Amino acid sequence: MIMFENPPVLSLIALMPLVGVPFIMALADDPCGHRNARWIALFVTIFTFVLSVIFVWYPFDISTSEFQFVEEYRWFGPFQYKMGVDGISMLFVILTTFLLPLCIIASWDSVRERVSEYMIAFLVLETLMIGVFCALDLVLFYLFFEAGLIPMFLIIGVWGGKRRVYASYKFFLYTLFGSVLMLLAMMFIYWDAKTTDIPALINAIAQNPRLFSSEVQWWLWLAFFASFAVKMPMWPVHTWLPDAHVEAPTAGSVVLAGILLKMGGYGFLRFSIPMFPLASIELAPLVFALSVVAIIYTSLVALAQVDMKKLIAYSSVAHMGFVTMGIFAGNSQGIDGAIFQMLSHGIVSAALFLCVGVVYDRMHTREIAAYGGLVNRMPIYAFCFLVFTMANIGLPGTSGFIGEFLTLVGAFKANSWVAVFATTGIILSACYALLLYRKVILGVLEKPKLKFISDMNTREISIMLPLIILTILFGFYPSPILDVTSASVRNLVANFEAASQVATVLAAQ
Amino acid sequence: MMYKAIVFLPLLGACIAGFLGRYITDRGSEAISTALLMISALLSWIVLAQVGFEHQTVKVPIGRWIASGDLEVFWSLRIDTLTAVMLVVVTTVSSVVHLYSIGYMHGDKARSRFFAYLSLFTFAMLMLVTSDNLLQMFFGWEGVGLASYLLIGFWFKKPSANAAAMKAFVVNRVGDFGFAIGIFGIFALTNTLQFDAVFAAVPEFGGLTIKVFDYNIEVTTCICLLIFMGAMGKSAQFLLHTWLPDAMEGPTPVSALIHAATMVTAGVFMVVRLSPLFESSPISLTVVTFVGTFTAFFAATVGLVQNDIKRVIAYSTCSQLGYMFAACGLGAYSVAVFHLFTHAFFKALLFLGAGSVIHAMHHEQDMRNMGGLAPRIRVTWTMMLIGTLALTGVGIPHAIGFAGFYSKDAIIEAAYASHTPFNYVFWTLVASAFMTSFYSWRLIFMTFHGKTRAEPDIFRSAHESPVVMLIPLFILAAGAILSGYIFKDYFIGHHYKEFWGTAIFEGADNHIIHEMHEAVRLIPWVSWMPFVAMLSGAWFAWLYYIRVPSLPAITVKVFKPLYLFFLNKWYFDELYCWIFVRPIRWLGRFLWKIGDGIIIDGLGPNGTAARVLDITNTVVKIQSGFVYHYAFVMMIGVAVITTYFMFTSIDLWSLGRELMR
Repeated sequence: MIMFENPPVLSLIALMPLVGVPFIMALADDPCGHRNARWIALFVTIFTFVLSVIFVWYPFDISTSEFQFVEEYRWFGPFQYKMGVDGISMLFVILTTFLLPLCIIASWDSVRERVSEYMIAFLVLETLMIGVFCALDLVLFYLFFEAGLIPMFLIIGVWGGKRRVYASYKFFLYTLFGSVLMLLAMMFIYWDAKTTDIPALINAIAQNPRLFSSEVQWWLWLAFFASFAVKMPMWPVHTWLPDAHVEAPTAGSVVLAGILLKMGGYGFLRFSIPMFPLASIELAPLVFALSVVAIIYTSLVALAQVDMKKLIAYSSVAHMGFVTMGIFAGNSQGIDGAIFQMLSHGIVSAALFLCVGVVYDRMHTREIAAYGGLVNRMPIYAFCFLVFTMANIGLPGTSGFIGEFLTLVGAFKANSWVAVFATTGIILSACYALLLYRKVILGVLEKPKLKFISDMNTREISIMLPLIILTILFGFYPSPILDVTSASVRNLVANFEAASQVATVLAAQ
Repeated sequence: MMYKAIVFLPLLGACIAGFLGRYITDRGSEAISTALLMISALLSWIVLAQVGFEHQTVKVPIGRWIASGDLEVFWSLRIDTLTAVMLVVVTTVSSVVHLYSIGYMHGDKARSRFFAYLSLFTFAMLMLVTSDNLLQMFFGWEGVGLASYLLIGFWFKKPSANAAAMKAFVVNRVGDFGFAIGIFGIFALTNTLQFDAVFAAVPEFGGLTIKVFDYNIEVTTCICLLIFMGAMGKSAQFLLHTWLPDAMEGPTPVSALIHAATMVTAGVFMVVRLSPLFESSPISLTVVTFVGTFTAFFAATVGLVQNDIKRVIAYSTCSQLGYMFAACGLGAYSVAVFHLFTHAFFKALLFLGAGSVIHAMHHEQDMRNMGGLAPRIRVTWTMMLIGTLALTGVGIPHAIGFAGFYSKDAIIEAAYASHTPFNYVFWTLVASAFMTSFYSWRLIFMTFHGKTRAEPDIFRSAHESPVVMLIPLFILAAGAILSGYIFKDYFIGHHYKEFWGTAIFEGADNHIIHEMHEAVRLIPWVSWMPFVAMLSGAWFAWLYYIRVPSLPAITVKVFKPLYLFFLNKWYFDELYCWIFVRPIRWLGRFLWKIGDGIIIDGLGPNGTAARVLDITNTVVKIQSGFVYHYAFVMMIGVAVITTYFMFTSIDLWSLGRELMR
């Protein structure tokens, strides 16, 4: 029994990348086949992006907090295939489809072995990632969420660096550990509430925040938390990230930092806050503490790094600390800021990893000490790197500032000390980011190996240009993001505040 | 339209010079960016005339910036007298510096980039002074920080320049940390960041207190002090001053524009702009006065013994900024802005003059290798002389004098009128005026007089700068001579309230300007004190560096420890290295290797393998055991402390909400 309320645009977009797979599989394993594989992958991902802009972003109604483009089909047993987006998830879909073509272009010359398989892995990954942000059913969400691990595991494990096996297993084990707990929690929700329909659950809990009792919420919250905290990643379960980044190929890092990390934050917004509001209120201090520790701790660690990618990876953990802090501040600035910070970080950190990729492709080392004085031969590169460095340290006028500022304002309202501690992050981020810039870009070009390094070519500039434009545009004019999220966030916050009143009453009893 | 033009023409210039520089050649970039700035400067003077003398306060909305929940921030320009004065200062100095740079940077291959940065800086500074809300001010604040970073590190091949640039940015960020939290606090209390709305709400939360640890502190005091921390960073006040002398690594026009006339005065501007807030918190005003006074003194002591010509002027700037803050703290905001205004002219003049000397000496900056240059560069010498006369405040009390005479002496007189304990502000500032006079004349004598200590080749080839560098000096010299005399009646005269309109707020009990005028009228020696200090400073300098040139060496020998203390800038760089830089580096490495490497990974994914290793390799276990336990306890401790703070918070937000009801 299939019901069409609207054309199934989300499924179409999610499945679009898979269309390229059989074509690429049919290609021969020779240079000609490789070239065709790249072009097919590029074409498919760009097409997907265009589709998503035309059919999701453009017609999206920003005045409602309801799910839009909803598709619903009976699936097996009591489960259903249900997709839809709201103001919180829509932009992540666009971010995914936007970054993937850039990933393909970034891998153009650097991946030379098993090109077809590589491209297929990315296309499959894209489908699964879009699925995660669109899924409106617990089981479906879980499937996409978990299945996404496999292509990423392969990308790191097959096309990674020297310690790729260690890194990929670490990645896999950490995320799997969290997921198992989440699966248990999902099963419990099904038994208790008799549905796996996400909008239905959210609405029911909005009506009655005690649909799950306080104790049950507590356990469910922790189980989901285990999974999302690893994905974010939050301190102290963050150590898989630097290793994974270092070993992953450039495009792998871009996807990892740009999109996969956002699934944790998205999960908090989709599940923890609306479904377990009482537990979220009760456990917010824990999240605050972990976020603040993450911001300070990982910033300090970033200062000590000798590997460019590791430094950026640690800085990502610190930035995700702002996100978790903002989400659990539970007010509109905090949550708007968290979403903005995730999207902005998706652009900026992706760009920074691409920047590392540019020099890695030339010199095949990521060691900071191996560089220095690049500005002498690579002025365009130096400019790009500067823009993203400044965005990374949250300079006003770049997208990085808006997210950081809003999350801190939100956190200050919720708990002033959290914001005070977290604000030290703006000092530390300036330290590590400028240190990196100084060591790599500035100074005299002394290393003999660097004497003939060439500036970015057209292909590389074409990757950077859209990222630079967006970084600066959103810094001055963040409305394209904030307007989209506002209705859904307002609804989320209203429900959360209603629940917090229930919690106050409960506490008084 | 005119207002928008003033602000955005420099941005246009920056974009043209930066992105199109390679197509329109360096000469094109120079011409276009300089021309645009001159237009902007011209318009600024018109605005000053309109706003200052015809009292039109204008607001120009530009567009929406951030909207989230009840937070709404708009891009908009606010033009009142204070802004108009700053517009004039910024655009005037910036346009002459642009002009000067055409000569000074001649031959540098990256001139387009340089002019792009200069114009970018000007844009950010203009955004700062025209902002109508705290967040746009923060935008300008950080924007000038970025431009300062780029310009200090302009010669990126010099490691010292790169280090200085980074230091400037990071130290400023320490100040911005306070500023940012102050902004959060204001928003939490008032639900807005727009100036007028915030000021209107000040009386409402004026009396509120919060508990920080075990002390009850007024909310306004807390917020003022946090915001003042930002001002201390930007204006290089004591404790956050260390970046300014190092910033002299940048090209000299940059030092004149950013590190003398405009950016470093942003802190003073901010305190004046937020005067309604500061006026409601006597404690923070006392702190502002103290920090300002102390900086004035401290920087002057260091300036006495420096040998780098630019560093002397840098410390002088630091010291003069201290004067301005002292005035702010006393409630004499108009006097502070007056000094800011005159200081911009004569300090930029001194820097550009120093640049001309350095240019003549083929980039020699050490005054020990100069001397006797006056006949060789007569015009520069004259200009530096005018700058020095203005800085040291030469003038006859109750009669006439150079620019600094009117503004600096007014600060000292206001200090007398304010009756601080032991009149400490007054006496410290007089002492600083003495030192100011000494080091300024020392600079003149060491550079231009006596027998030359320069290499013969360099001395012979020392030449006067081209006209394009001299015209800016003439313009600034005119300002250094006249700006005090012409504007004193408007800025601090009896009708100052009319001139400032609503731009400056003075509390009901604040009669400092009136009292200052009274003190000058009734107690004659008050206005003669700075005069005496100025003269004796000059006399001592003459004695030390002209009459008896062996005296400095003898003095150094006698007061060796004190001399070293001053020479090494009170050992602040070393101190900070020991208490901040090194521990932070160590902590970073420790958390990485031990925290992440051993503890987290050890307990986590590598756990099994690690346990096996532990058992088989007992020695390793024992050796690393201590570190392991120690580190573990420490990390748990950190987590516990933070969690404690999280649970026992100050809830400003609900405080504010209750208030609004």
